[in-house]
Amino acid sequence: MKSHNLREKGVQYLLTALAFSALFGLLLIALFILKEGLPFLTQVGLKDFIFAHDWEPQSGKFGIYPMIIASLWVTFGAMLIGAPLGIACAVFLTEFVPRPVMHTIKPMIELLAGIPSVIYGFIGVIVLAPLIRTHLGGPGLSLLAASIILGIMILPTIISISTDAINAVPNSYREGSRALGATRWQTVYMVVLKAARSGIISGVILGMGRAIGETMAVIMVAGNAVKVPGTALDSVRTLTANIALEMGYAVGLHRSALFATGVVLFIFIMLLNTLASAFVKQEIRRR
Amino acid sequence: MKAKFTLSRFSAYYGSHRALQQIDLLIPTRRILGIIGPAGSGKTTFLRSLNRLNDLTAGFRRQGEVRLDGEDIYGAEFDPIALRRRVGMLFALPIALPMSIYENVVYGPRMQGINTRSQLDQLVESSLRAAFLWDEVKDRLKSSGLRLSGGQQQRLCLARVLALNPEVILLDEPTSGLDPISTAKIEDALTMLKEQYTIVLVTNNTMQAGRVADATAFFFMGELIEHDETKKIFTNPAQQRTLEYVTGRFG
Repeated sequence: MKSHNLREKGVQYLLTALAFSALFGLLLIALFILKEGLPFLTQVGLKDFIFAHDWEPQSGKFGIYPMIIASLWVTFGAMLIGAPLGIACAVFLTEFVPRPVMHTIKPMIELLAGIPSVIYGFIGVIVLAPLIRTHLGGPGLSLLAASIILGIMILPTIISISTDAINAVPNSYREGSRALGATRWQTVYMVVLKAARSGIISGVILGMGRAIGETMAVIMVAGNAVKVPGTALDSVRTLTANIALEMGYAVGLHRSALFATGVVLFIFIMLLNTLASAFVKQEIRRR
Repeated sequence: MKAKFTLSRFSAYYGSHRALQQIDLLIPTRRILGIIGPAGSGKTTFLRSLNRLNDLTAGFRRQGEVRLDGEDIYGAEFDPIALRRRVGMLFALPIALPMSIYENVVYGPRMQGINTRSQLDQLVESSLRAAFLWDEVKDRLKSSGLRLSGGQQQRLCLARVLALNPEVILLDEPTSGLDPISTAKIEDALTMLKEQYTIVLVTNNTMQAGRVADATAFFFMGELIEHDETKKIFTNPAQQRTLEYVTGRFG
């Protein structure tokens, strides 16, 4: 009896320790980024960091405004492509094909998430960028190319979460609507999408978090020029790309500036995740 | 008496399971037909065959004919959407759609393209009055239909069906989840409604059929065992099994 109790306690402590170690890791990372980045912010000032246009580390100019704008535009572009495609695909899979077809296709789409981002980038460089260059003009490696590649990369996230949200809508809603003489599409549009709305939105927001944080594929296809883009065909550098490109040789203030860039990115992603979980909570409360 | 529905040799299957066998039945206009029988006897399948809601169920097949005013509703020419607007249905579990009371009532008409505000307002009031719900909700038409009690939701569903201005109303155990007072309100509404509508009422509560149905059909194991005036079914049925069921000796 006694040894039994001891084992129970032991397992409980072990699990607690393991659970906290993950949390501890997160805390360490956050602290580390802040510790490295904050001194820079106090020295250069928030205004000359976030709103200045020039990024010339050699001459002490650390303006990340063009990169913030580039990150936002690339993410927005990815959303413009990924959200409608993903939601349409989720509606198709859940409402318009037989169940077995859905259960075959959905895992295949989720497999897309397992393809390394360097492969997406590679396809972007080899196929997409030349297409854009010859047909639309510009350097090809551009905001548009990055948006398209990211839009495809976030599809699995959006499709998977939206499909689950739509499947969770009680079938009685569909039958109720159909019994009132609504067509299949009217039912989807008026009832199913409304009922699944918060789940779908949180899927889109999580996809957005993925898009804003993606690095490798973006470095490969965005062109990485530090300037505020005038059109979608201009070459851009995102926040993530900036860190990855310069981390290798940065020292001193330059290095701190990259960590501060990380702080900005961290805040963006935290905001998005908080937003997403707020939507999920709202959905759970409504059930 | 004019027939609204005529079923001849109608059978229904889910995959290889036969849910209904060779049903022959006339459903007369502007009367209440009660359908009784133990669980799994095909009552709900029968009901859902009349508005083709079974079409949405994977694996459903049927044989034989169902005619509505003489037209074959399973014929190639017949539009199931139009059918469901003529033949409204109320389910066992009240399912208010996730929208306001007002929007719930006008959902069907809106889907048919009726969008005039005054017309919709008027439909909402007349439908809710006919379902005996108007006085309870007239001050909060904009609040969510999901916040109503179970009995109120079922009357909201009835109002929603009435707003379609259907010819037939199908009811699938409409009071199974309701308390006696809510049940009485639904039954009162039905008795009023048969002046205008043909009503088919599936019920697990045999006494309910005795109270409101003009004629009653007894289903057992997918077969129609007996169909006659309600009084006859309950006092002097032709079949031994019917007698045993209505007197509560089996089922």
